[in-house]
Amino acid sequence: MLNIMLLVLLVLIALWTALTPLLLRAAIGLALTSVVLTIIMFRFNAPYAAAFELSVCAGLIPVIFISVISLTHRLPLKEFLKRREDRLRRFWPLPLLLLAVAAGLFFVRIPLNITLPWPETIADVRVVLWEYRRTYLFGQLMVLLAGVFGVLVLFRGRNENER
Amino acid sequence: MTYLLLLLPLAALVIMNLLPGRFRVRSALLITGAVCIIQIGLVLVHPTGFWDRLIIAQLEPVLGFNLQITWLALVMMAVAGLVSLAALLVAAALWQREFELLNFSSLLLIALIGMNGIAMVNGLFQLYIFIEVTALATFILICLRRDRFAFEGVWKYLLLSVVASVLMLTAVGLSLIFSPSSTFLALRATIPLAAGSFLPRAAIALFLSGLLIKSGVVPFHGWLPDAYQAAPAPVSVLLAGVITKATGVFALIRFVAEVTGPAPVYQVLLLTGALSVVVGALGALGQTDVKRLLAYSSISQVGYIIMALGAGTTFGLIAAMFHFFNHAIFKSQLFANAAALEARAGSTDLNKISGLGGRMPVTSVTLLIGSLSTAGLPPLAGFWSKLAVIMALWLAGQSLYAFIAALASVLTLAYFLFLQRKLFFNKLSPELSGVKEAGPLLLAPAVGLAALTVIIGLALPVYWLLGGR
Repeated sequence: MLNIMLLVLLVLIALWTALTPLLLRAAIGLALTSVVLTIIMFRFNAPYAAAFELSVCAGLIPVIFISVISLTHRLPLKEFLKRREDRLRRFWPLPLLLLAVAAGLFFVRIPLNITLPWPETIADVRVVLWEYRRTYLFGQLMVLLAGVFGVLVLFRGRNENER
Repeated sequence: MTYLLLLLPLAALVIMNLLPGRFRVRSALLITGAVCIIQIGLVLVHPTGFWDRLIIAQLEPVLGFNLQITWLALVMMAVAGLVSLAALLVAAALWQREFELLNFSSLLLIALIGMNGIAMVNGLFQLYIFIEVTALATFILICLRRDRFAFEGVWKYLLLSVVASVLMLTAVGLSLIFSPSSTFLALRATIPLAAGSFLPRAAIALFLSGLLIKSGVVPFHGWLPDAYQAAPAPVSVLLAGVITKATGVFALIRFVAEVTGPAPVYQVLLLTGALSVVVGALGALGQTDVKRLLAYSSISQVGYIIMALGAGTTFGLIAAMFHFFNHAIFKSQLFANAAALEARAGSTDLNKISGLGGRMPVTSVTLLIGSLSTAGLPPLAGFWSKLAVIMALWLAGQSLYAFIAALASVLTLAYFLFLQRKLFFNKLSPELSGVKEAGPLLLAPAVGLAALTVIIGLALPVYWLLGGR
């Protein structure tokens, strides 16, 4: 029951993150979503994944987002209210869609017939990271590096172009 | 060698960004160019085992990434090296600002790492990660010059790309329920065991849909013309020549060849491929902008690759990869031509520019070679790959699709003849009387790639006649 409550909470926070017109709130929402996901991962006996979710998705990524948001300008109140109205008008079907999907999953039984694998927790974290996850980590580092250049191009580039 | 193909571009990226300001731009261009050339060299000498005999090969167990080099990977990485080099030359010819050149070189290297990863990974989740690396670098590359039109183009690309990513991630998640891991090997072994059950089918359908969106095939093609047209010229070369092909088409080829095996997937591929071939060609017929016309042509040519893959045979796979290689070469060359037109005539709008044949003879001839190769006219390289595609379909018993492929070549020829007539053979617009041919740096990629198209086209029958296999 607690797991279901956590999953519902996860969906609700994710929905708030998607619907909020403020970037800062969206970044905080992302962090909160990750925190709830971390709890779920711990409960499902996946401590390594949970630790990474907490440190990267709830820690590092929101910090990067917030530092980038700090480089932007605040919208005038009138413009903000207009954006909020536009956003609600555009995304109002989203909660309904989620409800429909939830109802569908509840009532329609998908024939899985499969036992879910239990995650392995025996291996040392160093072994997991270096032996099994080296390629993933490298790829993720590259994603972060591309993000750094994105900030450089989109924010520092503005000044360069204005010069 | 696998680690070199990932770590070398990364090392180059770090070094060139740490260099002192005075030499930084020139060094960045030289270093990036050298990385592209070394990559082509690594790929060409790999089958001889040359690199394995060197001392650096001993570092493989320490630095290696548990990646695999197949013939598919070698073709992909050769294409990535070639097209990246061409795009770099176009950037060096067109741009002067340090900010643009340095960031272009850096992002190009990140995209190269992503594409090399896509070529060599051996699992579904790894594939997804490297697709994202490449895509992220591409989003930034498109809006490198920060104009509104580029942001609009990248926004459409980003939206569809995110949908594709969600589909692919869901598929990876599902695959981990019925398979012990998401490696190609494990999936290939477990999918037949779980045949008929819901999860493997759902995972295959979701991952396939994601890759079809990334490939920009019909009906997921809406973003592609806008992104190609909005991107700065060197980025267009890269995007059309290799990036969308690596993140979409090549990943699709790997997924079908190494994971799904014989399945209803082939029927989906044949249908989607045929739709793209026809809709892309018809779309190109109505265009009045060179870059948009080439973008629609790209949709059509990707359709050929996917149809060949849908033949479901080894010959079909070879034909798909052959057309993939040729398409990367002639499409990057055509976009390099478009860059020359944009730089000299100030536009790629066919209503504004015409009759430039006498003014830009090299651009005119190379564009003609690229166009004819795309249309599949002998003896150019495109003819042989299109012939291989049609033969693969015919031999697989898909005569209707073979007929569509042959007929659509006529449409391709029609829109390229329209383009040639308008651009080079009509009366010269008075305001273009002062236009001169592009400089050697801008012409070099177009000439080099056109020469490759001709050489492959002429050498192939000779190779066959001499008994090569």
